[in-house]
Amino acid sequence: MESIRDKVAIIGMGCTRFGELWEKGTDDLIVEAAYEAYEDAGIDPNDIQAAWVGTVASGMMGECLSTPLKLRNIPVTHVENACATGHEALRNACFAVASGMYDIVLALGFEKLKDTGLGGLGVGRGLHPTLEMRRTAPGTFAFIATRYFHTYGLTPEQGKQTIAKIAVKNHHNGSLHPKAHFRREVTLEQVINAPIIAWPLGLFDCCPTTDGAAAAIVVPAAMAKRFRQDPIYIKGIGLSSAQLLPHFRPNFGWTSFTVNKEASRQAYEQAGIKDPRKEISVACVHDCFTITELVIYEDLGFSPVGRAKEDVDAGTFTLEGELPIQSDGGLKSFGHPIGASGLRMTYETYKQLQGKCDVRQIKNARLGLSHTLGGPPQVSCVTIVGNSLG
Amino acid sequence: MIGIKSYGAYIPYYRLSRSEIAKTWGGPALPGEKAVANQDEDSITMAVEAAFDCTRGIDGANIDGLFFASTTSPYKEKQCSTIIATVLDMGKEIRTADFADCLRAGTTALRAALDAVKAGSAKNILVTAADCRLAYPYSMLEQSLGDAAACFLIGDSDVAVEIEDCLSISYEITDVWRTDEDDFVREWEERWVITHGYSQNVEEAASAIMKRNGLSAKDFAKAVIYGPDPRSHAALVRRLGFEENQVQDTLFATIGNTGTPSAPLMLVAALEEAKAGDNILFASYGDGADAFILKVTEQIERIRERRGVKIHLASKALLPSYGKYLSFRKLVQLPPQALRGTGSATIMWRTKNWVLGCHASKCRKCGLITYPIQRVCYGCQAKDDYDEISLSREKGTLFTFSLDNIASGGINPPIIQSVVRFQGGTQFYCMMTDCDPKEVRVDMPVEMTLRRLHEEANFHNYFWKCRPPREGG
Amino acid sequence: MVGITSYGAYIPLHRLSREEFFRAWGGLALPGERAVANFDEDSVTMATEAAIDCMKGIDPKTVDGLFFATTTSPYREKQCSTIISVALDLGREIRTADFTGSLRAGTIAIASAMDAINAGAAKSIMITAADLRLGAPAGDFEQALGDGGAALLLGEKGVIATIEGSYSISDDFSGVWRSDADTFVRTWEDRMVLDEGYSAVLPEAISGLMKKYNLAPGDFAKVVYDAPTDIRRHPRVAGGLKFDAAQLQDSLFMTVGNTGAALAMMMLVAALEEAKPGDRILFASYGNGADAFVLQVTPEIEKVRDRRGIKNHLASKRVLANYETYVRWRGLITLEAARRPDRSPTSIAGLWRDRRIILGLWGVKCKVCGTPQYAQGAGLGGSTPLRVCVNCQAKDQFEDYRFTDKKAEIFTFTQDNLADTVDPPATITVVDFEGGGRAVFDMTDRDPAEVKVGMPVEMTFRKLYFDRGVHNYFWKTRPLRC
Repeated sequence: MESIRDKVAIIGMGCTRFGELWEKGTDDLIVEAAYEAYEDAGIDPNDIQAAWVGTVASGMMGECLSTPLKLRNIPVTHVENACATGHEALRNACFAVASGMYDIVLALGFEKLKDTGLGGLGVGRGLHPTLEMRRTAPGTFAFIATRYFHTYGLTPEQGKQTIAKIAVKNHHNGSLHPKAHFRREVTLEQVINAPIIAWPLGLFDCCPTTDGAAAAIVVPAAMAKRFRQDPIYIKGIGLSSAQLLPHFRPNFGWTSFTVNKEASRQAYEQAGIKDPRKEISVACVHDCFTITELVIYEDLGFSPVGRAKEDVDAGTFTLEGELPIQSDGGLKSFGHPIGASGLRMTYETYKQLQGKCDVRQIKNARLGLSHTLGGPPQVSCVTIVGNSLG
Repeated sequence: MIGIKSYGAYIPYYRLSRSEIAKTWGGPALPGEKAVANQDEDSITMAVEAAFDCTRGIDGANIDGLFFASTTSPYKEKQCSTIIATVLDMGKEIRTADFADCLRAGTTALRAALDAVKAGSAKNILVTAADCRLAYPYSMLEQSLGDAAACFLIGDSDVAVEIEDCLSISYEITDVWRTDEDDFVREWEERWVITHGYSQNVEEAASAIMKRNGLSAKDFAKAVIYGPDPRSHAALVRRLGFEENQVQDTLFATIGNTGTPSAPLMLVAALEEAKAGDNILFASYGDGADAFILKVTEQIERIRERRGVKIHLASKALLPSYGKYLSFRKLVQLPPQALRGTGSATIMWRTKNWVLGCHASKCRKCGLITYPIQRVCYGCQAKDDYDEISLSREKGTLFTFSLDNIASGGINPPIIQSVVRFQGGTQFYCMMTDCDPKEVRVDMPVEMTLRRLHEEANFHNYFWKCRPPREGG
Repeated sequence: MVGITSYGAYIPLHRLSREEFFRAWGGLALPGERAVANFDEDSVTMATEAAIDCMKGIDPKTVDGLFFATTTSPYREKQCSTIISVALDLGREIRTADFTGSLRAGTIAIASAMDAINAGAAKSIMITAADLRLGAPAGDFEQALGDGGAALLLGEKGVIATIEGSYSISDDFSGVWRSDADTFVRTWEDRMVLDEGYSAVLPEAISGLMKKYNLAPGDFAKVVYDAPTDIRRHPRVAGGLKFDAAQLQDSLFMTVGNTGAALAMMMLVAALEEAKPGDRILFASYGNGADAFVLQVTPEIEKVRDRRGIKNHLASKRVLANYETYVRWRGLITLEAARRPDRSPTSIAGLWRDRRIILGLWGVKCKVCGTPQYAQGAGLGGSTPLRVCVNCQAKDQFEDYRFTDKKAEIFTFTQDNLADTVDPPATITVVDFEGGGRAVFDMTDRDPAEVKVGMPVEMTFRKLYFDRGVHNYFWKTRPLRC
């Protein structure tokens, strides 16, 4: 089995403003993300030889991309893998380039969630009429919180305090990003005293439902410098799928996800990373809920199992900390248009590694990690990028 | 001799104090409280509960018939007895029938079951009766009516109660009724209803059966006689010559008049206290009357482990308000459901074993039990090598939970999202019902209960929920 | 051995060509015509008609049970079998039950009646089934469904067809259904409904029955089982089980339509009309499972040949002029209210007091002068039986006298355009009964143009009106059917 490391480079990226974009349709989102990426890469739309588009519920077929962009009869493939969909579009584009079949490929992810009139995601309750009738995303992730607190001896108050700190951190980072959905700081008290959505999770423990799109142009690593002097190289991509809805999985412990461990193991191995906490410069992980970010610290090897609280309390993952996580605000503050999120995270690691992040800029950033966790949850993708070969 | 081999009952967890109704509308309050089905219960789910209680320790596969009696069947055209039989894991070659339209339907079904066993066309028949009748808000009936279910297993061996004689009379009278389009029970002028309907018919049937058997009131340990209200009931049993200590309480003060299951429920309560050798006079009313003479046998001691009336009565919570009752019975318009389910007759048919029967797959290789049924084992990947086992009667613990305020769609929030863990690590995700959210704790014991989830595709979608065990079972 | 001792059936007079649905809505017309209940008919009146046909020449006192099977009961909480038993003048100490919820409610009731007789709990039980199901306008069901009823009397004496054996299976399936709140029949994707429902379960029950009793298709003179609304499925079941086309009983689809819980029993009545002593009949019905029976026809069958049954009722018909009449009769459109004063409120106590007069059409006969007389105005003001003879003024010298089975002749009549009726004009007849007695009744199933003084009429049990939550049943006159 070969590694994807240093075979593919990103030469341009785009990302729309995220938010409740009442005035924009899917075509607007796609056009804005794609044309920013074209411009960033310095290419003409007709240079693109193939495209992968990711969306969970806002379009079908490759045609949902080729129509707004008027792509001229090139191959376009629609991919879907729940919250890992944006990553999945990038991943397939990278493999297409690495195979030698195409030289210039577009990967774009988008989602238009705010046309439904619903607060919160209309979670796919499976196809069965009764099995998951009342399942909601917060309800499911609250299971993790309840059991995590119970397992590691945190009182509900201690537990809520810990995850509230994550919300405070992510809101702070988001407030510094002009494209973020929420650009307002929150206090610990606000988070703890917010209305309960699905106990123990309150309003500020949940990411918003957001409209947005993000795009990347990928080329063979060997060609990258023809387009720009600071291309970003793919170092590793890991993906893992689970076998059964965790809700019905025998002996499932609800404090950790094997798919997270496995996807990160694959990516670390490809990228040659031994100690992720030390080697990764910046990470964007799937903080759909604050509790999710807490267990991801442990699953991805940033914190010892059962002890993430200590790192949270120590400020390890703040912008100024040892390993800044969610430097753009994360799903929590930047927003979560499902099909776009993996590419939005990559947009942040790409910009950080190019040193273009202004007040959010992390010093000496070399390796960036992005991570998505999809389904309820059943799929995990970890993508690692770097700003130099080797 | 043919008779009752087992009994069971179900009374919903929630009660509404009659003073709460009176407080809302003004006017006098009747004493006591009434049993109120939860918003996810109906006559099918209540009948299922009573049938589970009745068949404790009895294999569903040994029962070859199920009769369902109700005036509030959730279907006009689809057999409810079949649904209940599927939940109970009874076989396919069984007799099923829905008896309807009449408050006497419970004892009518009982007689039909006796006939079937006596005629040799079945060995054991479950007779379930359940009702969830609606009274007009702000009517006196609203205080009277309650919701419940009862169940008897009829057979000809090991009977706990011998049925020595029965007698039926039929009587055309429009005293208490609902047309096919009525939501609420209608009633004609009360004194006439009692005098010419209830009292006259039950007295006639009870007297006739006693006379036919050369018996009088003093020969009975108990008189279990339907009563629409305590006063008419007391007057009738007095006229029949019974002393106060012989008379089985109507359960009016604690449950209310429950319609079709009313007399059967009283009989369950009587049997809970009965001793071998007791003679019981049993009578029900509705467009005529049925009367039975029963004799309790020593086998009664074998079936004491039922929740029956006593334990179900003790396990309860009072509804905080009349408004809650209105919302449970959908008598007020509630916000439309944002979180809608999907509906599919095809899926519900294909998956009925695990949707209704609560079947899990138990791997023959590694023994892992997984719900819902998995063709490839989660533990050892063995393909199509499993037995179906039912989790419906299993007890488990609450592994983790969430109090979800957005899942309810505004009806009775929060939804208690639950992951139930059974022995061996099997996990079952469902909602919790009949529980105060404040009392939910990790690792608390729970049991399964079938409830009505939604009406997508225009039929009733039933599924399992968990609840704290109703004490004693 | 327990068996069928008599049979009867009822098909409404009116038929609607399925072409009429095509004319109204476009789309596809199914072939043939369907039976349409008059506006004053429902499942109770049709079941009563079928039972009356079945009771011809039989003393009501010998019948000690009546089971009613339907999925369209006019009441949810009031026993319809009791209403019918009063119309039939059955006694008081009888077994009554309403079987509902399933299209096989008719055969379920038959199985229960067999049990009761075998158990010695009853001697003779009437099973009467009727259905009046509604298909939503412009849908297939509207064309395919029909209205009708059938009745079988079960007993041990004078058996015309013994019931030699039975076999039942139960099968939960939302294929065709109505919830408690539904007016119209619902269904699911048609191939799935038929492949996994009717076409799977019915053959399973029929072959299960043949296996249980060690019988082969060749052992039966006739095989009688109901048809789904997709009529092509009916012969396929027989073909799959190796029955000859000649053995298969016609499904009545072309002439009556699918009559729900009554269909299998109506088809059985049609089969019995043609059956010869010694014939073995396989009888089955489908609905959330299936019931199957082996019947053996005896020589006694010749004694019940005078029933109207299916054949005579089929021949006696009037084709409705148009679809709109059907829509009006079924109450599917809102019509302008008649500018007439409100009806005086129904007195339920009065209805109860006069229940034998109203439902049983009992009058009196003067013991002094022999004049039969019917209490006029019964049901309207809650009148009581006559006390003084209209002819000789003798007081309280009456004996009971029943008019239901008496033919009559129109003495005078009116075609009233002012009266409030669903089918104007209101034809009001004053009739003289055979053997004496004069009374006034609404007339139904009539062509206004054909009503004449001296016209012979008979009595039929109908719904007079619906008022304040009560279906008021009463008797009307009609031209002789058959």
